[in-house]
Amino acid sequence: MAKQSNEPVLWALFSAGGVMAAFLIPVHLFLLGLAFPLGWIPAPSYEHLLALVRLPVTRLYLFLLCFLALFHWAHRFRYTLYDGLQIKHLNELIFVCCYGGAIFGTVLAGYLLWNFR
Amino acid sequence: MSDARPTTRYTEYHPRWYRPRVSTWWWLARWPYLKFILREISSVFVAWFVVVLLLQIRALSRGPVAYAAFERWLQNPLIVLLNLITLFFVVFHAITWFNLAPSAMAVRFRGKRVPDLLIVGTNYAAWAAISLVVAWFLVRS
Repeated sequence: MAKQSNEPVLWALFSAGGVMAAFLIPVHLFLLGLAFPLGWIPAPSYEHLLALVRLPVTRLYLFLLCFLALFHWAHRFRYTLYDGLQIKHLNELIFVCCYGGAIFGTVLAGYLLWNFR
Repeated sequence: MSDARPTTRYTEYHPRWYRPRVSTWWWLARWPYLKFILREISSVFVAWFVVVLLLQIRALSRGPVAYAAFERWLQNPLIVLLNLITLFFVVFHAITWFNLAPSAMAVRFRGKRVPDLLIVGTNYAAWAAISLVVAWFLVRS
């Protein structure tokens, strides 16, 4: 019997992350990275953001956003390297680096958000 | 480097394999190829956004001084430029993602397939609505 592949799970995470990233990241990035620093829109105060992130629902949202976006990156970037650079002998290393990076980032996000005071 | 050119090795019971080596830069040859690679590269910028978000969360939890430093860091022209490029790529990701949605999910209603344009349109409408909700939560002093 063929060995069961974990590819469907990884693809599902990629797909869910793709949906999250498409709907949510443009607006987040536009505000955080451009509109607030350049003064186009008044930036939210420290207190407002602190109160927002203290809500458990916000932290769950931020965790899911980080987790799924990172696994989206891992899957897509892995195949970009496979297809783009034709370095087949490094495939295992690429796999470990991509998903290792995604797991590291997810754990970090969980740690930061769980311990948020 | 014995494995460098497997095409020239003797292969028993087979005529010599004909496998011309594809250039590493194949994706520069045509616009659709380049578009494909740009779409794939967008994932790197998705990951960069997560890095910025995690830095923001860390700064928030460390207190007002750390958060002010984080806000100053965001005003660094290099970071602004990087975030501008990131915005281009994440919007590119979103557009290509929504335009592919009808192929990914063939929705049926009363036995008939829902037109592609309606599915794409619904995605764009949802994108606008979700963006407004996120902005509503964040844009308040």
